[in-house]
Amino acid sequence: MIGGLFIYNHKGEVLISRVYRDDIGRNAVDAFRVNVIHARQQVRSPVTNIARTNFFHVKRSNIWLAAVTKQNVNAAMVFEFLYKMCDVMASYFGKISEENIKNNFVLIYELLDEILDFGYPQNSETGSLKTFITQQGIKGQTKEEQSQITSQVTGQIGWRREGIKYRRNELFLDVLESVNLLMSPQGQVLSAHVSGRVVMKSYLSGMPECKFGMNDKIIIDKAGKGGVTNEAGKSTSGKQSIAIDDCTFNQCVRLSKFDSERSISFIPPDGEYELMRYRTTKDIILPFRVIPLVREVGRTKLEVKVVIKSNFKPSLLAQKIEVRIPTPLNTSGVQVICMKGKAKYKASENAIVWKIKRMAGMKESQISAEIELLPTNDKKKWARPPISMNFEVPFAPSGLKVRYLKVFESKLNYSDHDVIKWVRYIGRSGIYETRC
Amino acid sequence: MTDSKYFTTTKKGEIFELKAELNSDKKEKKKEAVKKVIASMTVGKDVSALFPDVVNCMQTDNLELKKLVYLYLMNYAKSQPDMAIMAVNTFVKDCEDPNPLIRALAVRTMGCIRVDKITEYLCEPLRKCLKDEDPYVRKTAAVCVAKLHDINAQLVEDQGFLDTLKDLISDSNPMVVANAVAALSEIAESHPNSNLLDLNPQSINKLLTALNECTEWGQIFILDCLANYTPRDDRESQSICERVTPRLSHANSAVVLSAVKVLMKFMEMLPKDLDYYGTLLKKLAPPLVTLLSAEPELQYVALRNINLIVQKRPEILKHEMKVFFVKYNDPIYVKLEKLDIMIRLASQANIAQVLAELKEYATEVDVDFVRKAVRAIGRCAIKVEQSAERCVSTLLDLIQTKVNYVVQEAIVVIKDIFRKYPNKYESVIATLCENLDSLDEPEARAAMIWIVGEYAERIDNADELLESFLEGFHDESTQVQLQLLTAIVKLFLKKPTETQELVQQVLSLATQDSDNPDLRDRGYIYWRLLSTDPVAAKEVVLAEKPLISEETDLIEPTLLEELICHIGTLASVYHKPPSAFVEGSRGVMHKRLPARTGSGEGTECPDVGNAAGGSAPEAAPSIIPSQGDLLGDLLNLDLAPPTTTGPTPSTSGMQMGGMDLLGGGLESLLGGDIGGSPAMGAGFGAAPAVMPASLNAPVGGGLGDLFDLGGGVGMPMGAYIPPKTVWLPAMKAKGLEISGTFARRAGVIQMELVLTNKAMSVMTDFAIQFNRNSFGLAPAGPLQVLTPLGPNQTIEVSLPLSTVGPVMKMDPLNNLQVAVKNNIDVFYFSCQYPISMLFVEDGKMERQVFLATWKDIPNDNESQFQIQDCHLNSEAASNKLQGSNIFTIAKRTVEGQDMLYMSIKLSNGIWVLAELKVQAGNPNYTISLKCRAPEVSQCVFQCYEAVLKN
Repeated sequence: MIGGLFIYNHKGEVLISRVYRDDIGRNAVDAFRVNVIHARQQVRSPVTNIARTNFFHVKRSNIWLAAVTKQNVNAAMVFEFLYKMCDVMASYFGKISEENIKNNFVLIYELLDEILDFGYPQNSETGSLKTFITQQGIKGQTKEEQSQITSQVTGQIGWRREGIKYRRNELFLDVLESVNLLMSPQGQVLSAHVSGRVVMKSYLSGMPECKFGMNDKIIIDKAGKGGVTNEAGKSTSGKQSIAIDDCTFNQCVRLSKFDSERSISFIPPDGEYELMRYRTTKDIILPFRVIPLVREVGRTKLEVKVVIKSNFKPSLLAQKIEVRIPTPLNTSGVQVICMKGKAKYKASENAIVWKIKRMAGMKESQISAEIELLPTNDKKKWARPPISMNFEVPFAPSGLKVRYLKVFESKLNYSDHDVIKWVRYIGRSGIYETRC
Repeated sequence: MTDSKYFTTTKKGEIFELKAELNSDKKEKKKEAVKKVIASMTVGKDVSALFPDVVNCMQTDNLELKKLVYLYLMNYAKSQPDMAIMAVNTFVKDCEDPNPLIRALAVRTMGCIRVDKITEYLCEPLRKCLKDEDPYVRKTAAVCVAKLHDINAQLVEDQGFLDTLKDLISDSNPMVVANAVAALSEIAESHPNSNLLDLNPQSINKLLTALNECTEWGQIFILDCLANYTPRDDRESQSICERVTPRLSHANSAVVLSAVKVLMKFMEMLPKDLDYYGTLLKKLAPPLVTLLSAEPELQYVALRNINLIVQKRPEILKHEMKVFFVKYNDPIYVKLEKLDIMIRLASQANIAQVLAELKEYATEVDVDFVRKAVRAIGRCAIKVEQSAERCVSTLLDLIQTKVNYVVQEAIVVIKDIFRKYPNKYESVIATLCENLDSLDEPEARAAMIWIVGEYAERIDNADELLESFLEGFHDESTQVQLQLLTAIVKLFLKKPTETQELVQQVLSLATQDSDNPDLRDRGYIYWRLLSTDPVAAKEVVLAEKPLISEETDLIEPTLLEELICHIGTLASVYHKPPSAFVEGSRGVMHKRLPARTGSGEGTECPDVGNAAGGSAPEAAPSIIPSQGDLLGDLLNLDLAPPTTTGPTPSTSGMQMGGMDLLGGGLESLLGGDIGGSPAMGAGFGAAPAVMPASLNAPVGGGLGDLFDLGGGVGMPMGAYIPPKTVWLPAMKAKGLEISGTFARRAGVIQMELVLTNKAMSVMTDFAIQFNRNSFGLAPAGPLQVLTPLGPNQTIEVSLPLSTVGPVMKMDPLNNLQVAVKNNIDVFYFSCQYPISMLFVEDGKMERQVFLATWKDIPNDNESQFQIQDCHLNSEAASNKLQGSNIFTIAKRTVEGQDMLYMSIKLSNGIWVLAELKVQAGNPNYTISLKCRAPEVSQCVFQCYEAVLKN
């Protein structure tokens, strides 16, 4: 199991050091600093073995978190724990920075004592941790409160405490997708996938039982077959269903029920959390198409023309569009002409950055640039990195639709109808590249 | 809210000030002081001097202060054991506190204090806490048992904590169960043989129930523990798998990977024809792919594991190539791993895509990545034959970029491609030679030199090229030197006239001016070979090399199995067994996959890499031989270098002949008659004592015939035994003459040897050994020559042979290289055995099977031969053949022509089917042979001829 956990600043100074196992000595702290943080080379692996001691590290801004062990630990678990540790810290004091860590070091030690016992991760849900570990020191607790805390920390529903009350029961669902594309210069899709997340903010009283439904192909097909009005059922559902390659759920979701019935039921944590992640590769709506044209005119000049076409309903608006056209290292000057938005050559980034604030669906726009090159004797050809694109669109490129989110709370007197529900779809570009 | 100020106290006299503050009456001040102490401790200052003062702060109602003091105690108790005892009372009292959080805190901290005296006091509170009414205390106490065990294992056993811990597996609270499982698993690891975890169907059921209810971490503990269980049968295995599969949708990647581990392991036990088996395989792919959208560090862990899974069960991810394509901004460690998996998944179906990707990668900036990408292109060529041409042209394009490391890497892989597809892509050699000057890495130089040497006859200026390397011979690395030596010898053997000087030069550089023993030895071997027997030298040095295998870098199967049992852990990241990096007793135990049970498994054809346990043949694919492979080739011959079958000019007179070392050899080469007949060229120094032209003449024939009669008495239908021939003439073996033959008697293969001592002294201590051969023949016992062999004495020995020795394809197929040793020297000879002695007794095929098999074997595998001048009728022929285990299955007469259908089974399980046409009155028979391994046909035909004519 994890033998110790260290947090360093960018210089390699220790901010937090907690040792759980006897086999980890103080020199381990220095070994990591010398061999990894101060190493001349770029980090070649997140797992390092130094003198029979194994170091797992992650970096958040310029803070290093390192877990140390001498045993054959579950490596995936160690990394998951380090991420979790970051989440927990962030939810207590915001950004993970040297200053924040120094300001909260007592709290961090307290957390480390609670969520890692002898190197075994324990309950690390911030919802329940916050009931008994706070930045303001420990509050006095009544006996009932204490036993409530312990049963919650160890209980089956460790992520939610009892007795939550809201005057207005409300929930927000965000379907956040990032669409990834790699396209050949000829417009052939080399790979495309959507990775999506359903993020929920729940402000619900009591211990509500929720059921979430979406246009998952497997469910719709099942319903279609089982229904009496087979044809009618299909036409009312109207929207095509989507094939989900795989999905993973927050620990509040009953996985065995999903496995057997493919229904998503859960008691949600309070506040914001990620309900599920999913991945699709079929029938993806690619919001933009990039058509590049690069021509080398002699040895000292390049002509670039890039056309982008928006491919969605004209009534929708895409935002924050940015096209990044890489330029060779020996570029001496660039002239750009674009019809829409603003374009600039950024020498420090070796790219022309073209920004458009808004663009409606089924439109197209183009940019042309002349790139002057310095003559070089470097024989190596310019590698022509792909043209990448960023944007945000108000729909889900995977085609995912939320069909329902039902809330049942049997003990309190509010019903599904009383809950105010909001749904929002945001599609963003992930790695959206076209080779040229 | 600004605790950071504690980090900044660096004044002198700080300790003194702290001391005063710690003893302050004001609570707030005390707390501030303890915080300062902890901050100093964190940055590595020694604040142990404050021990008594800090411990004094322990008795407080303030939980925050208490926690800080405990933290201090855990750090310094070991260095101040006597003072630490002061804290015991507070701990014991806290363990009785009405607040469960404080009880737990006390027992948790106490377990972390590694001081014997404190440990003694821990037992009673721990016992109470293990039975506490509050689950939070119980789950903390469960872990505390593991802590205590780490300090004093005997104490834990004596106090009976292990049993209490076992009881906790049935606890009503899932988190208590999970922690108990974790603690027990850890303790069990240091007692490999104890039955601590005692997993049985009942306890497994409890674990599976808890699995649905506990935290993500608890699920990992339970799954990792489940993976150590071996189900009793395939049904139990399936039911566990069914209950574990829902975990594949968990958001926590570690839960997913641990579930994958359980499934991969238990799958071994499921029969492959089961529907569920297929379903399970399908269910595994999506979660593995999803792992690739996790954070980069986890992706890395996942990729290392996928690498193992792909080797074990390639079918799971064979359609998922695209997800392994490298993204521009992946961290380098993710890129390199993805590339590895891409090569493993490359197949004819996706090769075009893969190549296009690899070409892109070869133009990236990271040198390691680019090199690996270039290497990957070579791998693809070797793996997918159809793509070889495209790969080669891609590599040539890359060479044109003139980027130094790309060129070098490309040359290294092209060398491998040459070894896989000889005589196919040599047209590119010219392009390669253009880049000779830019090569500065040993591996690339060595590869280039190998190419020049191997294809010396096609490169006009090969001698100039090699000579240019020779100038800086001593500055080269060993692998380049070795390669250069071999290449020049090859060149000399191919173009002896122009290169005599060059070879002299390299031999003297290697043997006289070098300190490297490998180099010197190889130099001497070549020198001796060239001077004594140039024809043999040619056969050794220019021997046909075995083709390299297509799968490279595979993990050895037993290690792979062990690593599969460690999916998700560090071992799977390092691709090393835990014993390789874990100290002490932990993890030394080797894990194995369970063997497949269930019915109907007998006929399952074992597909490579998918074999369960050790039940299927362990295909050990060879790895691309690296540098020194030629030396390897030579040494592989073990005792017996291939000797020429024909007579060779003996140049014993000029062995080690000073400056004239090469004289004789060279001239015999120049004599041009390499075919093997003695070269009696003019200028041939010493008078060569050449053997009679035909060594194969039945010198000992008469004796053999006599012996034959004797042996054949008991079995009138005895197998054909060829007459004895002289294998080793006396003058080549310092007086020992060996003749012999092979026989099959009552199912046992025997080598019958006649040893004659034609020397003046007594010979003793005989031993025999075979080189690897086509059918794995090996002596089944020692050579039974018990009495010393006096001068002019002859002894007959028969040596039983087995067919389970190491196998290597020989040319001709039935060639056998033998080494015989006696008190004087070791002697080598080679002989050919009649393949008929490998025909086994149960070689009679069922008619139906025969028909089906005959149809089944493609026509390309059929070969036809003529046997001339045979005057037997079909009946007699059939009888005679039966004596040699060639069985007639059916006979058909068509238009006066007898068609005999026969079957033969070889000792290694190869079946040969034959159709013999005998026409009355025609002494010429026609025979058609069909076999899945058509190489044997020629030998089988020779047997037919030999059997029928004797």
